[in-house]
Amino acid sequence: MVYLNALPGAIGQALIWGIMAIGLFISYKILDFADLTVDGSMVTGAGTCAVLLANDVPTGVAILVAFVAGMLCGLVTALLHTKMGIPPIMSGILTQLALWSVNLKIMGKATISLVGKQLLVARADVGTSIIILVAFVAVVIGILYWFFGTKLGCAIRATGCNEEMARAQGVNTNTTKVLALVISNGLVALAGALLCQYNGSADINMGRGAIVIGLAAVIIGSVIVSKISSNFAVQLIGAVVGSIVYYLVYQLVICLEWDTDLLKLLSAILVAVFLAVPHFKQKFNKSKFVLADLNCDNQSNGGENNA
Amino acid sequence: MLDVQNLLKVFHPNTVNQKVALGGVNLHLDEGDFVTVIGGNGAGKSTLLNCIAGVFGVEGGNILIDGVDVTKMSEHKRAKFVSRVFQDPMKGTAASMNIEDNLALASQRGKSHGLRWNVTKKDKEHFTELVKTLGLGLESRMSTKVALLSGGQRQALTLLMATLNKPKLLLLDEHTAALDPKTAEKVLALTRDITSRNNQTTVMITHNMKDAIEMGNKLIMMSEGKIIYTASGEEKRNLTVDDLLKKFREIGQQNDRILLS
Repeated sequence: MVYLNALPGAIGQALIWGIMAIGLFISYKILDFADLTVDGSMVTGAGTCAVLLANDVPTGVAILVAFVAGMLCGLVTALLHTKMGIPPIMSGILTQLALWSVNLKIMGKATISLVGKQLLVARADVGTSIIILVAFVAVVIGILYWFFGTKLGCAIRATGCNEEMARAQGVNTNTTKVLALVISNGLVALAGALLCQYNGSADINMGRGAIVIGLAAVIIGSVIVSKISSNFAVQLIGAVVGSIVYYLVYQLVICLEWDTDLLKLLSAILVAVFLAVPHFKQKFNKSKFVLADLNCDNQSNGGENNA
Repeated sequence: MLDVQNLLKVFHPNTVNQKVALGGVNLHLDEGDFVTVIGGNGAGKSTLLNCIAGVFGVEGGNILIDGVDVTKMSEHKRAKFVSRVFQDPMKGTAASMNIEDNLALASQRGKSHGLRWNVTKKDKEHFTELVKTLGLGLESRMSTKVALLSGGQRQALTLLMATLNKPKLLLLDEHTAALDPKTAEKVLALTRDITSRNNQTTVMITHNMKDAIEMGNKLIMMSEGKIIYTASGEEKRNLTVDDLLKKFREIGQQNDRILLS
């Protein structure tokens, strides 16, 4: 019963993390770039939004500025990688570290309370919040579906899939990487901006381990939707569904009144398990795969013979 | 069309590992020329192609395409003039994208990537017609991910992509070497087809002496970063595999791959 009562609140939170997961989907899945900036850029989004809201700036403006601030974080990581030749993981770690200081300077203190401020979403008003968040998620997925269907979006997808080929086809892979990381971190910061409102406060520590939760959502989602469709929009919805699954499990753990100190350990184990699923699937299905391959080859050879 | 002047490429310069990969290569191609390049491993064939494509910078010399000096032009900008088919069939296409998306990307080579829809209905029809010319039955699988195609199918698709909007120069880097003999023959026939139809200026590296003689109107042999033999016209037509093997022996170049072919 406690669990059921807690569900709406968890779903609201899951939807916000779903937007964050979509951001990670862009860097991790589409660009194939393990971007660790997000632990920092999420707080940048939350901190920027919270500071503006605390100073009675209109909510819409605050969210927009947070989005842009996140994009700048992505830009830094992207430039460290493309212009200075630093490997992806290191670029992300450097930006993340630097952002700790930047975020503290933005916020001025470690925690900003948003009590009594004009908020778009709030845990206290879960019903409306969920509706607004679903609309948010739908708009984000819609825009991304369009964007990655364009020439430019296609160039970004090609960069992540086969960089050498993309360059040979005249794609400036540095530009596409910058674009993808900018959009990705913009979305992560947007999630941060919504999360601080939902929770009623922004905290300098709220981004710790964010990448693990986001990746968990992406990976759980891809395991779930891989059987349904390879459509791009479905993949994005998968990230959100993954986030919801994650928070349903998470909430269960809280309701069982386990030691909350163990939550991060549990998150890590959960992600490790879901990351391992595709690997073990392949191992156990090996004999099946060989057969499928043979059939495929026969077909293709047949096609060539006929021609 | 293509002018390579005194091209110098050194790997790891000023270190103990310094290696002169190209020691002053000169090559001139007229429009519509098809040159085959042979030579042992480490002769500098692939390095030459990569330098022309802009993958590597060079230490000296110039590369001119149609009178434009492209020596210092970045790889993706050079793609406007040059297109490539790699040896590895996995390298020339984006596996997680479908056939249409790959073709659309190729059709955009040398142009800017804007916010127009990647594959319009008109493109779809156009691409389907083009894929039909491959004769592989791929036209019914246009929205199939390229990862699901066989190596030969992928290589044929790469060839189609590389010649889609008629590049000034086509570079083929042993593009049939990784295929089984029958598929290799088919891809080679396609190569002959497309290049002669488009009067396509082409450089093709091969380890197969027979192909080197049968394809194209010029042949060059490389050794230790230099072009050591050039044949064209009558002389090339009369070449035999034995002639080429003799030449290899003269320069003390023997390796298993050449002897086997």
